Formats: sequence, structure tokens, C-alpha cells
Amino acid sequence: MTVTDPDPREATAARTDPGRTLDVTLKVWRQAGPDAEGHFATYEAPGISEDMSFLEMLDVVNERLADEGVEPISFDHDCREGICGTCSLMINGQAHGPERGTATCQLHMRTFSDGDTIVIEPFRATAFPIIKDLMVDRAAFDRIVEAGGYITVAAGSAPDANLIPVPKVVADAAMDAAACIACGACVAACPNSAANLFTAAKAAHLNLLPQGQSQRYQRTETMVDTMEDFFGSCTNHGECEAACPKEISIDFIATMNKDYLRAKLKNRRYLSRNG
Amino acid sequence: MTATSTRDVGGPTGGEGADQASALNDRYGAPIKRKQRRPAPWPVELYRSGLGKKYVMAITGIALMGFVFAHMVGNLKMFLGPASFNEYGEFLRELLVPILPHHVALWLMRIGLIVAFVLHIHASYALTRMNRQARTVRYQSRQDYAAATYASRTMRWSGVIVGLFLVWHLFDLSWTGTGAPFYRGDPYTNTDNSLSRIPVAVLYIVANLALGLHLFHGSWSLFQSMGWNNPRFNRWRRNFAWTFAAIIVIGNVSFPIAVLAGVVDV
Repeated sequence: MTVTDPDPREATAARTDPGRTLDVTLKVWRQAGPDAEGHFATYEAPGISEDMSFLEMLDVVNERLADEGVEPISFDHDCREGICGTCSLMINGQAHGPERGTATCQLHMRTFSDGDTIVIEPFRATAFPIIKDLMVDRAAFDRIVEAGGYITVAAGSAPDANLIPVPKVVADAAMDAAACIACGACVAACPNSAANLFTAAKAAHLNLLPQGQSQRYQRTETMVDTMEDFFGSCTNHGECEAACPKEISIDFIATMNKDYLRAKLKNRRYLSRNG
Repeated sequence: MTATSTRDVGGPTGGEGADQASALNDRYGAPIKRKQRRPAPWPVELYRSGLGKKYVMAITGIALMGFVFAHMVGNLKMFLGPASFNEYGEFLRELLVPILPHHVALWLMRIGLIVAFVLHIHASYALTRMNRQARTVRYQSRQDYAAATYASRTMRWSGVIVGLFLVWHLFDLSWTGTGAPFYRGDPYTNTDNSLSRIPVAVLYIVANLALGLHLFHGSWSLFQSMGWNNPRFNRWRRNFAWTFAAIIVIGNVSFPIAVLAGVVDV
């Protein structure tokens, strides 16, 4: 019998071949705890496969550090496929690194060159306190979502599908906003630590749809007011849009601004209500 | 204020059970600035918010852009000679005169400008403070900007330069003069006398370049702050911004150059 299939052993050998490898130097922010003094530590990372994701590279470095008896680097990660919003990191001064439209987990070592020094810092904002090393707490985002990220529905039996007509373009725009994974890159990249892109996306994905209309202006006002308890103000640099792994447009910020002014005008009209 | 006062609470390993959970809640997710304030009329409520201040920045910015444009166009009369230029200055004082007494229309416009300036400066000061509070520990490595322009990152400084220049400019050509012979009521001669001094001409040019930078970002940014965002005209916003900034800079810089070149000469 003629053998047409490739030898499975060869295929395995091809997969385990590390291919091109890089030697990189890492400058990593190390901080033992929330109130501890932090510093940059330098680690050599030779023989890194260019096919590794950035987080896999950190895994390898951590294995080596553990073998040497050094405390591994703490960093946030979860799904590693760009949909959970857990990974963060300022890589060479850019949130999620130099690649556009990707989270750190989707950044691959082939983006870097042999001999590069890579500086890794945690996201920095007063509302994102450092827990340890590169891990930050982004609970402030939960406060904003709690303030208005819900809709009012009849919670009886399941409604028929497509009961509420939504124009395709509106559904698409709402989906673009709903793509936000709440990673915090917008805040990290913003020179003012503003969370306007996050808040605008969270407000828009409900405000654009018919299901979100009943609370539209209340939502916009409470979410913006909560946001301003934690974060800075928008000066329209556009850094957030450039850093966003989901490439959410700052157009949503303009929409939020418009809705906020309307909210301030409309929300005062609750007749017979004082305060 | 709670976030700073609870920073001594034990960390994730510090407490036990519910205590630990509440300590975590105190430390994480507590607002960094929440002030209890009495309810106020809605324009005041709006101004208290950051977004409201941005509206004020944009609206006063539009008013000041209108002034800067009219000021530049009016000063082009300089090229038509002393009679034309001084007549224009007199016209401003006599604006709407049969309806209003002398100088009143001019003073109303001046009051509007002063209010716009004060609000623009106060809002920017308050927003800057808000931004500083939002990142008390700065990045320890260099941030690599991907979208922010030189103009957008230097708004604060271009604004301060323009503000200081404005004070100088008022002393120079409106109030007292700044060393060169100054004749009240003869702006053409005063302009020529003042701008014939090379350091002063350079100062005017530098200040107007700063103004140009400020306008380049501001006259785009105002569309976002006002919520004027529509796919139908979005591509014109940047074009408008640089065209407007260029027109103002070219117009204003032409005056010191014209004086130095002898085109404007008594």
C-alpha cells in the first residue's frame, strides 16, 4: 500500500520545532503589595519562540524564576483569546503593547526583534490600585456598570424572538459598543486617566437599542457621574481608541456627551419630586 | 476620600472572613472623590460635572474663536492704510450707536469676552486638577503615544502662553504702551511703533504660533465635547480645525512681518 499521508511522527516533530527564537531583556515592575515600594527588575529571557504569545513568554520566564527560587511575576490573565478583558500591561509605554486591536494575550513575540529590551509596567490610575507586581484592581469599572448597565424588561415567560424590530445598522453600532471587554486599556493609555471610552461604550450598547430606551437618560447621568468619582476628564487625545483591543470608536464618547446634556435637561423634569 | 484613609487596612491576607471582604471593598472600588453638595439649579449642576465643564470649554471656545477671527479680519484693514484702520477702530466704539449710547455695544462684547475667558480658564483649571487626581502615581517608564498630537498634549502650555501674551498685548496696544511712543486713539501709529521693535515682533509671532497650536486641537476637540459627531460631516472636522488655525496664524503673523517689511509704515 502506497503511503500518502505524512508520517505523524514528522508532523509532531514539526510542531515542537521552536522555529525562530528571540533573546529579549525584560524590565518588569515588581511591587510586593498594594502599599509596598515598587521598582523595575531586569530579567534576561533567552530562547523565546517567536510563536509564543506575550503571556506565554511571561509563563516561561516565571518557570525559570521559580526554578531559581525567585518569586514569579504576578500578572492578570484568563481566557488568553482576547475576549475576557483580564490581561492588561503597559508594554513599552503602550497599553496591550504595540499591536493595534489586540489584547496582550493576542500580542505575539514575533512583533519584537532579537535583543529588544521590553519594559512592562502595570496600568496606572488612582482608581486602579496595584495589588501586586503587574496586577491592578479594576473594580471601579464595576461601580460604573452597577450605576446603569442594566435594562428594564418583563421578566415573565421568554419573549418571542425578534419581537422588537431593530434596524440592522443600529444593531451593528450597538454591537460595536458591546464589544468592550472592560480591560481598562482606555484608562491606562489616556494621559488624563479618563474612562470616557469605557463608559460611553457601556452606555451606548444599551442606549442605542429599543430595549434600553426607558432608562436612557437616567443611565447616562448616573454612569457618567459615577465615572467622574473615579477617573479624569476627556480632552479628546484619541489615545483610548488607539489602545482599545476592540477598536471601539471615540464617536461613542460624543454620543455620550450629547446624551448627558439631554439627561441634565430631561432629568430635572420629574414633576412633584423634590431632590 | 475613603480610598486614601483605608490604605492602612490589611491586604488580601490581613483579615478574616467578612472582615477581609469588607477590607477589600474599602480598599478597592471606593471612589477617589465624591463630595456631597447641595442640589443647585441645573446649569450649576451641569458645570459641577466634568462633562459639563467640557461643554463650557467648547462653548466659550467657540465664542473666543469668533472673537479671534473677527479681530484678525478687522486688523487686515491695516493694509488699507492709517485712515481706514483708525476709522475701523472708531467704528467699533460707535457700534449700534443710534440704538445704544456710545461704547455700550463694545463694552457688552468685552464683558462677554471676559466671561468667556474666565470660564474657559476656570474649567480648564478644574479639569486639570481632576486629571491629576486620577493618576497620582505616574508611569515610571516613557509613555509611547499612538494618537495624541503635539497640539493636544500641550493645550495647557499653549493656553498659558496665549493668556500671558493677551495681557501683554492689552498693555502694549490698548492701555499704556510698552515703551514705544504711544498715542491714545491712533492704533495705526501705535502698531507700527511697537512692532518695529524686532523682539516684540518675534514675541507676536511666537504667541500666534502657540495660538495656532491651541486652535488646531481646540477647534477639532469642541465637536467631540459638544457631541457633534455624525458620519456625514466627521471627515470635515479635522479639515476645519487646521484650516481655521492656519487662517488665524497667517493673518495675525502677517502684521508684524508687514511692519518689519515696511508695508505698514507711518
